[in-house]
Amino acid sequence: MALASESRLSVVERARYVATEIAAKNAAQVDREGRFPHEVVAALKQERLLSVMLPGEFGGENATLEQVAGACSILAHHCASSAMIFAMHQIKLSSLISHGQASPWHRAFMQRIAREQLLLASATTEGGIGGDLRNSICAVKVNGTQFDLEKDATVISYGAYADAILATAKRHPDAPSSDQVLAAVIKDQYRLEKTTDWDTLGMRGTCSDGFKLIAHAPAEQILPKPFAEIAAQSMLATSHLLWCSVWFGIAGDAVSRAQAYVRAEARKKPGTTPPGALRLAEAVAMIQSMRANILANLRRFAGADEDELMSLGFAVAMNNLKVDVSQTAVQVINHALLICGIHGYKNNTPFSVGRHLRDAHSAALMISNDRILSNSANLLLAHRYDLGLID
Amino acid sequence: MSALSMTHNKIRMILKTHGKLSVDAVTLADNDDLYEAGLSSFATVQLMLALEDEFGVEIPEKLLNRRTFASISAIANVVESLNGARRTA
Repeated sequence: MALASESRLSVVERARYVATEIAAKNAAQVDREGRFPHEVVAALKQERLLSVMLPGEFGGENATLEQVAGACSILAHHCASSAMIFAMHQIKLSSLISHGQASPWHRAFMQRIAREQLLLASATTEGGIGGDLRNSICAVKVNGTQFDLEKDATVISYGAYADAILATAKRHPDAPSSDQVLAAVIKDQYRLEKTTDWDTLGMRGTCSDGFKLIAHAPAEQILPKPFAEIAAQSMLATSHLLWCSVWFGIAGDAVSRAQAYVRAEARKKPGTTPPGALRLAEAVAMIQSMRANILANLRRFAGADEDELMSLGFAVAMNNLKVDVSQTAVQVINHALLICGIHGYKNNTPFSVGRHLRDAHSAALMISNDRILSNSANLLLAHRYDLGLID
Repeated sequence: MSALSMTHNKIRMILKTHGKLSVDAVTLADNDDLYEAGLSSFATVQLMLALEDEFGVEIPEKLLNRRTFASISAIANVVESLNGARRTA
């Protein structure tokens, strides 16, 4: 197998190699069996793509979030589950990069992530709390230099296959549910007891089973910043930006299938425009606005200082991005299905979009759009939305 | 009672009604960390609206951050500075 990393290819080029050479060949089986895409993650590690965003001093490549977003969308052209796993790892990594550099343990951890290409998972949802990641029931129990944590995590995506987990918990057992911290635990410091199976409509390869997480680790592994600040300054924004890049990639592949179908139809009857062409034009217009929305917000994030990241306007913008792209992705793929007709509806044709549609339906649910809109509704009681066209 | 401590007490009562804290706001000291007392970003917006109504000020958006709402004293400083700005305007 060619080692793309040896030829110093860019992040996006290496992601394209993993996507087309590895992910594409296994995506149907990963989906059908709901199995973890081992070979894709192994290739991501081999190409050192799990550490690209880390600063050079930790063994990374200083990749920008925009480059990582590009990699997410290319992976999603071929296997949405693999792309989402890659995205979720990078979201955790961005929290470490933004908030872990002042802590010696986390600096060493980041070096280890690069050296060993560790895959990071996230335990933010909890039984009794649901998707409200800004509240916890469980707490870290610090005893001297160590802490214990027991969390009923209703979802830990690829939890069984991760090398480390970042978990939210209350700062101490008597703390209010909103006073949270984020703790990193490494595989030999925790035990997972599986509680629920991930047998779903789509995104089946993410293996997002539920677990009871039981961890014991040094207290220095708890990030010093309150989770409220980590969520606002890095996690929510990078989540929405990278998730949207994945959904954009899924929708983009559906459009390319629809376009191939329309072109094939046009070739059969020269001189006439196939009926699907008009709907394709609509789908392309939608995907163009998705792309513009994602890129504008990636650039806003890249240029934002700490005050901007904590501002209401920024939170509203990221919320809007997530809701809009998650809805539009499904609409675009639905258009592709109508264009390709029975060939799109059937599995295993060059025009199949069933998996795309099933995968994309997860978008509105991972942090429910209704919850996000309620949050924006509250923020807009205070935020005066800037209605100017240019800055 | 000084003007400032009256402000502190008004803020304490607003927190009791709108702060959705996990402790009784009446028991809070002026410099206690409100986030440790359970203040969430969601409740902050309702708190802001109640403060604007009580003190007749408009809190500019650039002050709507965690520092502004970190404690009763921090809120009082913001309210007083906005009131001061209005008086000298």
